[in-house]
Amino acid sequence: MSEDQPHNTWPPVHTAETDAETLVAETSEGTQELQPRTLTESAELLRERGAVLRLPDGGVLDSADIDVEITDDETMIINMGPQHPSTHGVLRIMMELDGETVLRSKPIIGYLHTGMEKTGEELTYVQGGTNVTRMDYLAPLFNELVFALATEALLEVEVPERATWIRMLLTELNRVSSHLLWMATNGMDLGAVSMMIYGFREREMVLDFFEKTTGLRMNHNFIRPGGVAADLPDGWQEDVNEILHVIPGRLDEYDDLLTGQPIFRERTQGVGVLTAEEAVALGATGPILRSTGVAWDLRRDMPYMFYDQLEFDVVVGSYGDAFDRYAIRLNEIRESLRIIAQIVERMPEGDYRIQDKKITPPPRRRIDESMEALIHHFKIFTEGFKVPEGEVYVGVETPRGELGCYLVSDGSSKPYRLHIRDASFVNLQSLPIMMRGGLVADAVAVISSVDPVMGGVDR
Amino acid sequence: MSTAGPTDSVASPPAPSGAETRPDARADQAMTAAEAAGYGVPVSFSRGQPVLHVDQAGYEAVIGGLRDDGFNGVVDLTAVDYLAHPGRELPEGVRGERFELVVNLVSYVRRQRVRVRVQLPEHDAVLPSLFYVYPGTEAMEREAYDMMGIVFTGHPDLSRILMPEDWEGHPLRKDYAVGRVPVQFKQSPGTR
Amino acid sequence: MGFEDLNHNFITAPLEELVKWSRKNSVWPATFGLACCAIEMMATGAAHFDISRFGMEVFRASPRQADLMVVAGRVSQKMAPVLRQVYDQMMEPKWVISMGVCASTGGMFNNYAIVQGVDQVVPVDVYAPGCPPGPETLLHAILTLHSKISTGEMHSRRRDSGGGARLMLPHPGGAGYEDAHVEIRTPH
Repeated sequence: MSEDQPHNTWPPVHTAETDAETLVAETSEGTQELQPRTLTESAELLRERGAVLRLPDGGVLDSADIDVEITDDETMIINMGPQHPSTHGVLRIMMELDGETVLRSKPIIGYLHTGMEKTGEELTYVQGGTNVTRMDYLAPLFNELVFALATEALLEVEVPERATWIRMLLTELNRVSSHLLWMATNGMDLGAVSMMIYGFREREMVLDFFEKTTGLRMNHNFIRPGGVAADLPDGWQEDVNEILHVIPGRLDEYDDLLTGQPIFRERTQGVGVLTAEEAVALGATGPILRSTGVAWDLRRDMPYMFYDQLEFDVVVGSYGDAFDRYAIRLNEIRESLRIIAQIVERMPEGDYRIQDKKITPPPRRRIDESMEALIHHFKIFTEGFKVPEGEVYVGVETPRGELGCYLVSDGSSKPYRLHIRDASFVNLQSLPIMMRGGLVADAVAVISSVDPVMGGVDR
Repeated sequence: MSTAGPTDSVASPPAPSGAETRPDARADQAMTAAEAAGYGVPVSFSRGQPVLHVDQAGYEAVIGGLRDDGFNGVVDLTAVDYLAHPGRELPEGVRGERFELVVNLVSYVRRQRVRVRVQLPEHDAVLPSLFYVYPGTEAMEREAYDMMGIVFTGHPDLSRILMPEDWEGHPLRKDYAVGRVPVQFKQSPGTR
Repeated sequence: MGFEDLNHNFITAPLEELVKWSRKNSVWPATFGLACCAIEMMATGAAHFDISRFGMEVFRASPRQADLMVVAGRVSQKMAPVLRQVYDQMMEPKWVISMGVCASTGGMFNNYAIVQGVDQVVPVDVYAPGCPPGPETLLHAILTLHSKISTGEMHSRRRDSGGGARLMLPHPGGAGYEDAHVEIRTPH
C-alpha cells in the first residue's frame, strides 16, 4: 500500500507479489502483515528510534546502525492486554520480540473510548463537569478544573479569590492521592505487593477529606464554572493538617521500603530511558519530561490561578529512566504537601462562587422566597447559561502532565466542540521508544512508570 | 538507606504581583501582534491568545517557521466540524470551510503558546502530516482522522485509533448521530 | 445410635451445603477493572475495606483460575468481544457482578461508543449501582452474591436454563459471521 493512503482497508488485500515477500499473522483483529526486518523501511525504523534522528534525503538507515543484535530474520509478535493485571487499565501492546528483547511495539488504545467529546456537545456547561471528570479518573478534579477554567475564559469572568484557593487546595490534594495510587500500583507491578496496601492507606485519608468536602470519593463534579460547588466544611483546617502531619512520615517509610532496595533499583534504573530531545519531540509532559532533565512545570512556567504566589520546587531528574520518574513522583508528593501548607495559611474569606446570577444558581432556601431565584434556578438547570462565541485553550499541570481543554462555543448553552488534550494520550507515544531494546519484564516497569490512565487516553 | 533525592531541583522564580485568575491573560505568555504578523498570515486574538489562520497550501511552511522560531513543543492537534455553525467569526481574508484543523504549539524556551487554524473544505480535507516535524503528532493525527475523517499524507500509520478498525463513519462529525438508545420513561429523545 | 459417642468431633451436613459453603467463602475474582470503578474495586481490596475477610483478595490474572468477574467500568464497543472471550474462558461455576451504572446500563454514556449494559454480552448475577459505587456498595453486592450462592438459587436456575443468558455468537472470521443473528433466551 502506498504511504499516502490511509491504512483502513480491512481485511488487507493479498496479491501474488505480496504473498511472495510478506508473511501473514492471524490475530483476533484481522490479518497482520509481517515483513522480514531487513525490508523495514527507514521511516519505520526512524519511528522506533524517535524521529529526532534526521536522515539526509534519500538516506537509508544502515542495518548496522541498529544497536540491538538480531540473530535471524524471525521475530515473534506477542500481544499484551487489553485485559492484563499490569497494564494500568485497558491498554493493549503488540510487541515484536527477538527472544526476550523487545524490538518494535505498538500501543493499541480505544478499549475505553466513551465518546465523551461527543457527549460533551450534548450537555450544557453546567452538566459538563460530570462528563469531563470521568476522563482521567485518578485526578478528576483536574479535569473539572480545566473545563471550568476554559468556560470562564470564554465567559470572561473572574472567580472570587476564595474559590481559586479552594480549587488549588483540592487539586493539590488530588495530586497527592493520584501519586500515592501510582506508587501503590507501581510497587505492585514490580513485585512489592505490600506497597499496594500501604499506598491505599494514605489515599483513604485524602479521600475521606474529599468525601467530607465534596460529597464523593471520586468523580466529584465539585469544581464548576464560576467557582466551586460548596464551601469548605467547618474544621477543614484540622483535617488538612492531620493529612500534612501524617503523610510525610509515611513517605519516609516508602523511601525506606523502595528507594534503596536492590531489586527495585535493578528493575527501574536504566530501564525505559528517554532523552530530553525525544521527550520534547514526542510531546511528553509531566514527570516523563521532567525525568529527562527538562525543568518544565506549568505551575511555575505558565502559572495559572495563584501558583505564582506560592513557593515550591520543580522536581527534575537526570537519567530519564523509570527510577527517576519514581523519585520525581515521590518528591512531588512532598512538594504538594508544602503547597497545601501554604494554602491553609493563606486561605482568604469570601465567596466560593461567583455572584453572577446568570451563572451561579441561587441558594436553595432562596428559591422558596424569591420568584426571581426560582426562575434563575430553573433556567440554569434546564437550559444552562449561554457562553459567548469564541474558542480558547487552557492547560493545567496534572500528575501526568499537561491537561488541556480546547473549547469552542457558538454562543449557545452547550459547547460546540469540547476537546480535551490528555496528558497520557500523548505520553503513550513514548512507550515504544522506551521499551525498545529492553526485556519483556521491563515492559511492565516501563508502562507503570509512564502512568497512563486509559480513561483520559481514550476519552 | 539513601533517600530518593532528585539530582537537580529548580526553585520557582519570585512571584509577579497582581496575579489574575484568567489563564493566558498574562502578557508575557502571548506573542505580540507584531511578532505574530511576521508569519504573513491573518492573525486574530481569541481571549488574549494569538491565533494564526493559515491556508492549506501554506500550512507546512508556517509550522516549519514556527518551529524554527522556537516553538519546539506540540501541545495539541485537533479538528472541529463547523457544519452546524458556518457563520463563525474569522479575520478578513479567511474563508470559512467545513473543517478546521487546530494546532496548539508551545515554546519551552520563550514560555509562549500559539495556535494555528487551517480551514479545510469537505471535499479536500487533506493535509501533510506533521510527523516528521513533531513526532508527537502521530497519535493526534490518527485521532483526527478517526473522529473527523481528515487525511494526513505522509503519516506512517494512518489507521483508526479509538474506534474498532472496521468502524464506519467518523463519530465526531456533526452529521453523525450520538447513538442514543431510547430509555424508558424519557419522553423527549433529544434533550436531557 | 453410633454417633453419640463421637463427642462433637464431626460436623455433618448435606454434601451440597458443604459445597455451597466452600464456594461462597472463596470466590476468586478475575481482574477486569476497566475505568473509575476499578479504582474503587482496588480500594475494596486494600486494607481499609479489606475484601480479604471474605476470602477474595486473590485477584487472579488468568480467567481460568477465577470464579467471579467483576465488570468494573464502562464497556466500549471495542472491548465487548474481549469481555465475552474472558468470560468464556472462566470455568463453571462462575458469576458476574456488574459494578457501577456504566456496566449495568450504560450509565451516563448513552451514545455510540458504550455498550448499554454488560448484560447484553454476559449474564449478570448481581448489579451494583453507583458512579462509582463505594467500597461499601461493592461489598454489599458481594455479600448478596454470597447469600445467593449459599441458597443455591442461582445454581438451580442455571441448571434449568442451561447456563445463563444463552447468547450465541459465532467466532469472528468464522463461517457465517456476517449474517449471524444474536439469540437471547431468558431463564424462564
